[in-house]
Amino acid sequence: MKDSFKKQKLGKTITTVFFVLLSIFYVFPVLMVLVNSFKVNTFVKTDTFGIPSGESFAEFDNFIKGMTFGGYPFASSVVYSIIITIFGTFLILLFTSMAAWYISRVDSTLCRVVYYACVFSMVVPFQMVMFTLSKTADTLKLNTPWTIPVIYLGFGAGLAVFMFVGFVKSIPLEIEEAAAIDGCSPIRTYFSVVLPMMKPTLVSVAILEIMWIWNDYLLPYLVLDRTEYRTIPIHIQYLKGSYGTVDLGATMALILLSIIPVIIFYLTCQKHIIKGVAAGAVKG
Amino acid sequence: MKRKHDSAAVNSDMIRKPIQRWAPFFLWPMVAAFLIGFVWPFFHGLFLSFCKFQTTSNWEWVGINNYAKALQDQSFVYSFGFTAIFAVVSLVLINVFAFAVAYALTQKIKGANLFRTVFFMPNLIGGIVLGYIWSMIFDGFLAYYEKSILTDTGWGFWGLIILTCWQQIGYMMIIYIAGLQAVPEDMLEAAKIDGASGWQTLFKVTIPNVMPSITICTFLSLTNGFKLFDQNLALTGGLPYTINPDGTAVHTTEMLALNIYNTFYGQSSTSRGVAQAKAVLFFILVATLAIAQLTATRKKEVQQ
Repeated sequence: MKDSFKKQKLGKTITTVFFVLLSIFYVFPVLMVLVNSFKVNTFVKTDTFGIPSGESFAEFDNFIKGMTFGGYPFASSVVYSIIITIFGTFLILLFTSMAAWYISRVDSTLCRVVYYACVFSMVVPFQMVMFTLSKTADTLKLNTPWTIPVIYLGFGAGLAVFMFVGFVKSIPLEIEEAAAIDGCSPIRTYFSVVLPMMKPTLVSVAILEIMWIWNDYLLPYLVLDRTEYRTIPIHIQYLKGSYGTVDLGATMALILLSIIPVIIFYLTCQKHIIKGVAAGAVKG
Repeated sequence: MKRKHDSAAVNSDMIRKPIQRWAPFFLWPMVAAFLIGFVWPFFHGLFLSFCKFQTTSNWEWVGINNYAKALQDQSFVYSFGFTAIFAVVSLVLINVFAFAVAYALTQKIKGANLFRTVFFMPNLIGGIVLGYIWSMIFDGFLAYYEKSILTDTGWGFWGLIILTCWQQIGYMMIIYIAGLQAVPEDMLEAAKIDGASGWQTLFKVTIPNVMPSITICTFLSLTNGFKLFDQNLALTGGLPYTINPDGTAVHTTEMLALNIYNTFYGQSSTSRGVAQAKAVLFFILVATLAIAQLTATRKKEVQQ
């Protein structure tokens, strides 16, 4: 008995040690970004894993250089990314939740067609529509950071509608009936009765959309007018992907700046993020 | 959506009728955006796959010509094979590791929450940025051998695998943890009392109970593998390439999505019809996988 107890304890220690090693492997790449963002460019390639010191230490030069790197202000990229993510997520949350409520309560033939079209859109890869979508966006002038959220609402509606319909179906009708008897108009019923009840799903959908839009590269790359508007992923792709000499030090500095807010967001909303991901995955 | 036959449906007319009058407010904004952002581009794309075109306004009907050309395109066929192998290898590695990690983390080890936080973190970082972070690291290692990830197909392939695993293990782990936590405690207890060994409990009790999670994760990692784009573009960009006897180039780490992209926006814009045909084939492939997943999940649900 005592023996098996010891064995179990040993097993747990081994697992813990293994996980510590695995964690180091997981953090290592991000750590390398930090290290190399303070390194002089030429040393990034020749001495990637060394700690910057002496002649390889660049102080804050990379960050200063990075601000106007590639002839484009990094601050603009940050602002555009923030505008598109916030505005896009807001549009999706508001309009898909309203539509989902309408779809499940009215339940007409049209509603079913819309619903199944939304489900269908989830299995269509972006490459299928990218060319025609970017042309449509151009024609309708949806190619600025202030209008591209409409495209996100359209292309991202599928998953959101699906998740909201799933939730609305679980809300007992009696509550809304009571509101109707009390003389609530549909608008009032929706905003003061239904919407507050949807909070958990709103949070889950918001998390999924934020993660998608913030990191999305190809859609804004094809839709936005790139000479004027670059989101963070587009900007970084420009720096690394362009021909000629690449300043790795400055690129790493910008990558570091772009992941710091993400990591802060993650650490503060971790519980919601993990729950949102689990909820979004179960949709299948 | 089967409310109509419920007893509640009698009363729900009271709700339905007033809401219906507000369709322009509740339904139409979403539908309008959906038509612009999905429905129209989808059918327009489907139509253009049968045309020769450079811009959307200047097209000429060519029938299934584009499809024939797409299937004869060696770079497309090659990228399909490369992608399929990649998807299967990453599927196996991701799921084995993710399940193992999730299983260990649900065994009440110290710091489980911290580990979970760390393993999920890469999912928050976008594919482009991840690709460049790893390209720096791989090139840092390969610099000792005076090589680069861009010069060798094998390095490129395994680089993509490592990157994908690093990113997705944490994601699948979350789904497996949710599944494992739902395994009924009394079943595990009963197995223990009956004297089942740890492995027996794992294979006879735990795994059958998390089958739904396993189905979700395998198909998710499979479709993710087939759809991979950002990471591919940032890490290898499809390089290196070989030149065929007929003068066409095959990029040996180019996956399907990147191949379609390059056909659309590559040096010549004369092959856009072929690119759109490739995209339709790609869509059919991904949709088939998704439908297969749905049926498999449904079947499992019935069995339970």
